[in-house]
Amino acid sequence: MAEVKLFGCGYSPFSRRVEMALKLKGVEYEYIEEDLSNKSPLLLKYNPIHKKVPVLLHNDKPIAESSIIIEYIDETWEGPSILPKDPYERAMARFWVKFIDEKCGVAMWKAFASPGEEGEKAKEEAAQLLKFLEEEIKGKKFFGGENIGLVDIAANFIGYWFGIIQQIAGLELLTKEKYPNLCKWVDGYINHSLVKDNLPPKDKMTEVLKPLAQPGYSGYKPKV
Amino acid sequence: MADEVILLGYYYSMFDMRVRVALAEKGIDYEYREEDLANKSQILLEMNPIHKKVPVLIHNKKPICESLIIVQYIDQVWKGKSPLLPSDPYQRAQARFWAEFVEKKIYDPGRKIWTTKGDELEKASKEFIESLKLLERELGEEPYFGGEIFGFLDVASITLYSWFYAFETVGKFSIAEHCPKLIEWAKRCMEKESVSKSLADPEKVYDYILALKKKFGFE
Repeated sequence: MAEVKLFGCGYSPFSRRVEMALKLKGVEYEYIEEDLSNKSPLLLKYNPIHKKVPVLLHNDKPIAESSIIIEYIDETWEGPSILPKDPYERAMARFWVKFIDEKCGVAMWKAFASPGEEGEKAKEEAAQLLKFLEEEIKGKKFFGGENIGLVDIAANFIGYWFGIIQQIAGLELLTKEKYPNLCKWVDGYINHSLVKDNLPPKDKMTEVLKPLAQPGYSGYKPKV
Repeated sequence: MADEVILLGYYYSMFDMRVRVALAEKGIDYEYREEDLANKSQILLEMNPIHKKVPVLIHNKKPICESLIIVQYIDQVWKGKSPLLPSDPYQRAQARFWAEFVEKKIYDPGRKIWTTKGDELEKASKEFIESLKLLERELGEEPYFGGEIFGFLDVASITLYSWFYAFETVGKFSIAEHCPKLIEWAKRCMEKESVSKSLADPEKVYDYILALKKKFGFE
């Protein structure tokens, strides 16, 4: 029996984050793909509160919520550090993850998924919020410094998913003209082996995301 | 060099109270500065330019924002006394998970209790109570969420207690009726000076939200 199992969904950025963390540490795991429209009894057993992916099972003990799972992985297994060791840098990394998940990512999602005025307002908000990330990445290869770290992993929606969404929806939000440093990070990020080898193929992703780019689609929603 | 610790806060903020509890648990000397949220200070806007919110801890001139992040920072820096997070990684993950649950499933509906009315208020009250019941179940038979010791999840949750009277009065329900063990736990925590001195007075909280309801038209 595998010691480590991951219940996930290939198209969920939150699920893919955990896979990146496991791969970074070289942890072997069994992956179980969940059909989110027909959740398995095991998923409901291991995450009864939120009933969501991803869920990590380590020696039969479940851990839910991607950021919490990633910190657990960092604390449990040897290998490259995902979070900084310095308390202040650690606090800043956690701050940026929260910002990405609760503010920036949400606004970016609404910018393409919400119709009419709501979408326009979200686009303006997202444009403002991205400026903070643009400032933060200045002079750095990755948010984690020389190497990919917690914030880079958490920014996978911005680094990969959003590029495809922009194309489908004909949205011009994250552009080289407005965010040269952030776009440079995106280029480095999607070409990094950890990211490249661990993402769904672009054409498959486009297929999955296309229906979501129809205004007013209320299916897949970002996990907040 | 002596540590310089400043907390920018607001008396009624449940988030700010968490930091005050953590600082008191660790016996840290700090300067407290009460913010006027209608007229935020220059230092708050400089130290938290993204959210412009309290609490902000400024430690040797470096700002840390977001209450749960601040509490974990405090726990890591001043690790000699009163450890808040468990030492076991799995227990730590569970404490963090439930702290996030308190944020999303208890605090957020709680806010709706005093800012909405009619059906919306009823829905928020129901969600609030159901979530409190889940939290109470997580406590089990232990004296604290941290087990024998007052820990991270206790800090994250206890500050809600100062707002219970306000929620109950506006929402017209009794928390003790639904979650008696949680009330016992809260009273146990209140016996600790670090908690009783850090939480706002419940009647003052109630008067405060009545004033806000009037001011913003949430009536």
